[in-house]
Amino acid sequence: MKKYQLDLPVADNRMISGNATLLTLTHAEPLPDMAAGQFAELLVPSAKVLLRRPVSIHSINRQNNTVEFLIQIVGGGTKALAELEKGDTVNVVLPLGNGFSYRTVHVAKPLLIGGGVGVAPLLFLGQELAGNGIRPTFLFGGRSESFLLRLDEFRKYGDVFRTTEDGSAGEKGFVTNHSLLLDSDSFDRIYACGPTPMLKAVAKWAKEHETACEVSLEHKMACGIGACLCCVEDTADQGNVCVCKDGPVFPIERLKWQI
Amino acid sequence: MANLKTKIGSLELKNPVMTASGTFGYGSEYADFMDISRLGAIIVKGTTLKRREGNPYPRMAETPSGMLNAVGLQNKGVDYFVDHIYPDIKDIGTNIIVNVSGSSIEDYVQTASVINTLDCIPAIELNISCPNVKQGGMAFGVKAESAASVISAVRKAYDKTLIVKLSPNVTDITEIARAAEDSGADSVSLINTMLGMAIDAERRRPVLSTVTGGMSGPAVKPVALRMVWQVAKAVKIPVIGLGGICCATDAVEFLLAGASAIQIGTANFIDPSVSEKVIDGIEEYLDRHGFKDVSEIIGALEI
Ligand SMILES: Cc1cc2nc3c(=O)[nH]c(=O)nc-3n(C[C@H](O)[C@H](O)[C@H](O)COP(=O)(O)OP(=O)(O)OC[C@H]3O[C@@H](n4cnc5c(N)ncnc54)[C@H](O)[C@@H]3O)c2cc1C
Ligand SMILES: Cc1cc2nc3c(=O)[nH]c(=O)nc-3n(C[C@H](O)[C@H](O)[C@H](O)COP(=O)(O)O)c2cc1C
Ligand code: FES
Repeated sequence: MKKYQLDLPVADNRMISGNATLLTLTHAEPLPDMAAGQFAELLVPSAKVLLRRPVSIHSINRQNNTVEFLIQIVGGGTKALAELEKGDTVNVVLPLGNGFSYRTVHVAKPLLIGGGVGVAPLLFLGQELAGNGIRPTFLFGGRSESFLLRLDEFRKYGDVFRTTEDGSAGEKGFVTNHSLLLDSDSFDRIYACGPTPMLKAVAKWAKEHETACEVSLEHKMACGIGACLCCVEDTADQGNVCVCKDGPVFPIERLKWQI
Repeated sequence: MANLKTKIGSLELKNPVMTASGTFGYGSEYADFMDISRLGAIIVKGTTLKRREGNPYPRMAETPSGMLNAVGLQNKGVDYFVDHIYPDIKDIGTNIIVNVSGSSIEDYVQTASVINTLDCIPAIELNISCPNVKQGGMAFGVKAESAASVISAVRKAYDKTLIVKLSPNVTDITEIARAAEDSGADSVSLINTMLGMAIDAERRRPVLSTVTGGMSGPAVKPVALRMVWQVAKAVKIPVIGLGGICCATDAVEFLLAGASAIQIGTANFIDPSVSEKVIDGIEEYLDRHGFKDVSEIIGALEI
């Protein structure tokens, strides 16, 4: 897929929880083709931040030519992005990475699992699946209710199930403890994004229940386009590969995780 | 419009702007963002005799106005380069220079001999300055004697333009530069990365898997500029300057300090079309100051 470097104006940027912002950028022309699971590298408008920050494509509106990013503030780069205002312009490089397999693999009953801000790419995936006439099931986990983001948006595309570590919403525990997973025949493929311990737990479950599973990794990146080899993950078939180019989405059997 | 053509030994460049090894892949990674054939040269990823997996993740840390990397020369080896990469890039429309790395003199010589047979590779850049591999790499580049022995050995096996890339992690870089010149190098490029370190205080652990790594980016520019200035005065062979160059003004500063050409590294990550902007910006500078030829500003620093 051809990559673009674009200056996109900010249409909206608003905090949707204590530490997450929803950034909407617009384009005067139709946005390039992008697949769910792909990401953008955003140039951060701060002299204290040198490298771009990788952020998943959260959703796309082809009528208005807008693209949304769901960004959790964890440090200087994400903080500066959260401070962008309507009328500012952001330089973005996109679309990057491979995306989830739904464009090439037949899937009928997908389960989309997200942890924390890892839900970000799953909204776009839900939109894309819905466009193919497939209604996904979403399963989201968070520390507590306030960490579960954008639920009403997700409900437009599929049923949403929740777990929280403190039991403040949905079932208490981790995503892999949810009663939805008691019947392993309900789903033919899992797409997951979130913190690595969660991804490993999901991968373990999928392996044990022989369910196809893809996980999206969030390695630290410098170039985002496969040029610097900073973002590698060790794979069973090809050794170290770039998460930014060969990923960020990997079928779990390619990973050398001890699960 | 001023003339931007310049020469490194017998190697002719359309303009003095090259991209630095390890930061520009094999060039094609950037083809969506700019016309890569406009570059003076593309220096491809460090290539070794045998395949190298590189260091474990994490390999990168951002630091104030800079970054540390610990890639560790991950590459598929020179034979893979010849069979699978060279055919795709040889007609890219500009000079392709291979950055040759190794952990023994024999490694360097063998890799250079293989590259010597490739018609469309007019030069190699001998990397005796990589801080990220345990044996070899930088070990050769920090002592004049060991630098001389590896450079003379490669010189015998390689008959095109031989550029030697110098390490800044030395007490006196002019000593190594002179050793390179005396051993038959056609040019020296500097600087490779500076040895640095980052610590995650919360976890009380190093950020990089290798503990230390190579620092690059704007933070190293003043050091690089100083070294280029010193080396340009110390040797007669052309000097290629790099380290933190992010814009045309930075590039002009290196040319004024005595560099005949420059390389852009880390800045490619921040703006994937920066090198094209630097070419245009150097031309604009020359026109604005009434220079007809880029050679007029090389070493033209007035003190
Ligand atoms: C492909 C990809 C997609 C991503 N999508 C999103 C997204 O949609 N929304 C979102 O909020 N974040 C996303 N991230 C993570 C985001 O890039 C980082 O949180 C961001 O770069 C941190 O920058 P900072 O300057 O705010 O923090 P820094 O100051 O760089 O770091 C602050 C803290 O966060 C940790 N950190 C930094 N980068 C990462 C990372 N990549 N993964 C895990 N921890 C990290 C650091 O170790 C440090 O402890 C994605 C990352 C990748 C690789
Ligand atoms: C990720 C990364 C990988 C690098 N790999 C190599 C390499 O393989 N061989 C080499 O000679 N230099 C390598 N370098 C060093 C650069 O070519 C350059 O000397 C250094 O980064 C300083 O320039 P800069 O500040 O413009 O980046 C690498 C640098 C970075 C950041
Ligand atoms: S971030 Fe540079 S190769 Fe992936």
